[in-house]
Amino acid sequence: MASADKVGASNRPLSPHLQIWRWGPAMLVSILHRVTGGGLAVVGLAVLLWWLGALASGPAAYATFADHAGSWYGVVVMVGLTWAFFQHLCSGIRHFVLDIGAGYELEANARWSVLTIVFSVVLTAGFWALLLLR
Amino acid sequence: MGNGTSIGRVRGLGSAHSGSGNWLQERFTGIASLVVSSYLLVSLLLLPSLNYQTVRDWIAHPLPATAMALFVIVNFAHARSGLLVVIEDYVHEHGSKFAVVTLLNLVAFAGAAFGLLSIIRLALGGA
Repeated sequence: MASADKVGASNRPLSPHLQIWRWGPAMLVSILHRVTGGGLAVVGLAVLLWWLGALASGPAAYATFADHAGSWYGVVVMVGLTWAFFQHLCSGIRHFVLDIGAGYELEANARWSVLTIVFSVVLTAGFWALLLLR
Repeated sequence: MGNGTSIGRVRGLGSAHSGSGNWLQERFTGIASLVVSSYLLVSLLLLPSLNYQTVRDWIAHPLPATAMALFVIVNFAHARSGLLVVIEDYVHEHGSKFAVVTLLNLVAFAGAAFGLLSIIRLALGGA
């Protein structure tokens, strides 16, 4: 029973992990996709529920949310979430391209990996510029 | 269960019991998230202010309320699909995996229910 329970656990061969592979743009973007996805799922959805719940609860609850969201740490979280969203969006679109079997040539793969990071930073800066300058 | 044809085996009915079902759901909800998330970001930019009165009046209208309800459904479904894959990658012991996946499902459904109820309350004028 013990051996049957352990199938898929400790006695399976391990593939080389982060400390073995040489770092490259595709690897970085793959990790960023998972990290930003996890951050958006845990932090982003929590902030979303706080915002919606505060709206539904009334002006006092909304003022509490707005105070935290407008504080220095709130701005850090909000800018972080928008960057995470745009990074996850760009690398997600890259995944759709890879899913149809395109973009695996080494040069193209590295170029589009770097571009997802460039686009996410530009889109984040653009969104906040439009939000603050409207 | 599947009838053993190649397509049946990959439609979530084969010996793996889950097949490509979650992989596809991740993609479908990802495309949907792109649409509803763009709607929210553009709406936030177009609103004259983000104070209580302005945002409440906006979300009380039928179209924004529907879009935000879809936003909650789509993004909780997408987050659930994605985190499920992460759990399957890192939690290998069967008992722990069962517990963590159960917790993920409970939190995802509870969170989506809270978000939807908040929007419905705003849309129907309860708040």
